[in-house]
Amino acid sequence: MSEPIIRITDLYKYFGEVQALRGISLEVESGQVVVVIGPSGSGKSTLLRCINHLEKPTGGHVYVEGVDLEAKETNINKMRAEIGMVFQQFNLFPHLTALENITLAQRVVRKRPKEEREQVARQLLERVGIPEKADAYPGQLSGGQQQRVAIARALAMNPKIMLFDEPTSALDPEMIKEVLEVMIDLAKSGMTMVCVTHEMGFARAAAHRLIFMDQGQIVEDTTPEDLYDNPQQERTRLFLSKILH
Amino acid sequence: MTEAEGGSTTTIKARRSFGEQMREFPWWAVIIITFLIGAFIYMISDPSYRNALSFIAFPPTKTEIAFGIDVRNGLMMTLYTTVIAYLIALILGLVLGIMRVSRNPILYHLSTLYVELMRGVPMLVLIIWIGFVVVPFLRNATGNQSITGLQGALIGLGFGYAAYLAEVYRSGIESIPKGQMEAARSLGMGYGQAMQHVILPQAIRRVVPPLSNDLVAMLKDSALVSVVAVPEILQMARLYVSRTFRAFEGYNSAAFLYLVLTLLFIIIVRMIERRWRSSV
Ligand SMILES: Nc1ncnc2c1ncn2[C@@H]1O[C@H](COP(=O)(O)OP(=O)(O)OP(=O)(O)O)[C@@H](O)[C@H]1O
Ligand SMILES: [Mg+2]
Repeated sequence: MSEPIIRITDLYKYFGEVQALRGISLEVESGQVVVVIGPSGSGKSTLLRCINHLEKPTGGHVYVEGVDLEAKETNINKMRAEIGMVFQQFNLFPHLTALENITLAQRVVRKRPKEEREQVARQLLERVGIPEKADAYPGQLSGGQQQRVAIARALAMNPKIMLFDEPTSALDPEMIKEVLEVMIDLAKSGMTMVCVTHEMGFARAAAHRLIFMDQGQIVEDTTPEDLYDNPQQERTRLFLSKILH
Repeated sequence: MTEAEGGSTTTIKARRSFGEQMREFPWWAVIIITFLIGAFIYMISDPSYRNALSFIAFPPTKTEIAFGIDVRNGLMMTLYTTVIAYLIALILGLVLGIMRVSRNPILYHLSTLYVELMRGVPMLVLIIWIGFVVVPFLRNATGNQSITGLQGALIGLGFGYAAYLAEVYRSGIESIPKGQMEAARSLGMGYGQAMQHVILPQAIRRVVPPLSNDLVAMLKDSALVSVVAVPEILQMARLYVSRTFRAFEGYNSAAFLYLVLTLLFIIIVRMIERRWRSSV
């Protein structure tokens, strides 16, 4: 079998006394869409942030396309350019327009010429459904529009992996759908995705795999269908009964 | 304006009390400006004030007060000192501010040492020390007599202010949410690239108001360089007084000129701030 695109071995992350991750091992195949759920503080964000090394693990390894992110000789900036990340709070650059948000890293990281990067940006804005907002500043956009620009910004790097950390939980209900549609569309296109989200509609529509985390560990690793119909663990059952109503 | 709009604004206005309206009107500016205009008219009609003012702003003989200094007009000298020292502080302060948030221990401790040292010494002492210790020392050590008192004064003022501006920049950088750096890094930008393209443009916008307040403060502190005989407004006034024994006219004129300049600077600074605010 070929090397999985993400391979995590025995990952630990402590914040002082707090044990955010306690021995996570996980392999994600290229093209797979993984949804991660779990109660608050279970380590979902920390796991995601270890995958692009925004957090430095206390122990264990993360391999992306076989490259150990912990290794000294690894160029972490180069690796991150291949891993898009979408944040709960969007984190758009407020001093730049939507178009500039999407072209900035293409310019300084990918060194693409102006025409190319603007063409890429406009195509992506089209794809996320807001081509008319190219010249708007983040402050002039709704939350849903901002998050779609943020997705476009990440996609502009042509990443091989996309990480989503609760991309819809800062949004008003009527805007969640527009973001989820973009994500479902992306999943269908064959992107490798790891998504922390409690949107079960998305999980059912797009996820190949569902991971339930609790207290820094993976408690259940299954498919969306199986998790609902037949959760193996009592705590999964409890958690599901909470988020489903 | 249409009838309806006019109507609604008047009703809104009518709800504000007379006291509130008076509170909002810039009476203080009216008073200062009236006073300055009055003072100016009085001064130019009085020959001894006229003498004092023209001595400070347009000294009669240019050579006698030259300390290897080209600009010999007190007003211009104050403006020149302020602008040059401020530019030095602006640039050096930025470098120091960036070093202050650096994770590199050497850069961090060096910049912190500098900032604490500079802020630990009164500006006046710093200027005197550079003027009477460093400059003569450099002249002797290098054998270069062309190092001027003015250069020393500019360095003292600029390097001293840089420590304060560094802290302004630092707090500006730290006020940018962590998510900005993380978003930039997650796109593959290096720390320096993220700083340059994402953090600093936002941080600098935020510190424009405190930085421009420091420009006004610098204008006033430029009077300190009179202790090393830089012929700016205060020094020219002192020369005038020592020559004519007319302390009243000499120092009143100096105070008048500083007040005019300060007000002018405040107006310019407010305009710059408004421009910045509307652009963010
Ligand atoms: N930078 C940090 N410093 C200290 N503790 C942290 C830090 N980041 C996370 N933690 C702690 O690590 C644990 C896991 O946090 P994490 O953010 O990964 O949880 P989560 O599953 O994403 O929760 P949520 O659903 O609330 O986002 C928590 O106890 C949290 O308080
Ligand atoms: Mg989280």
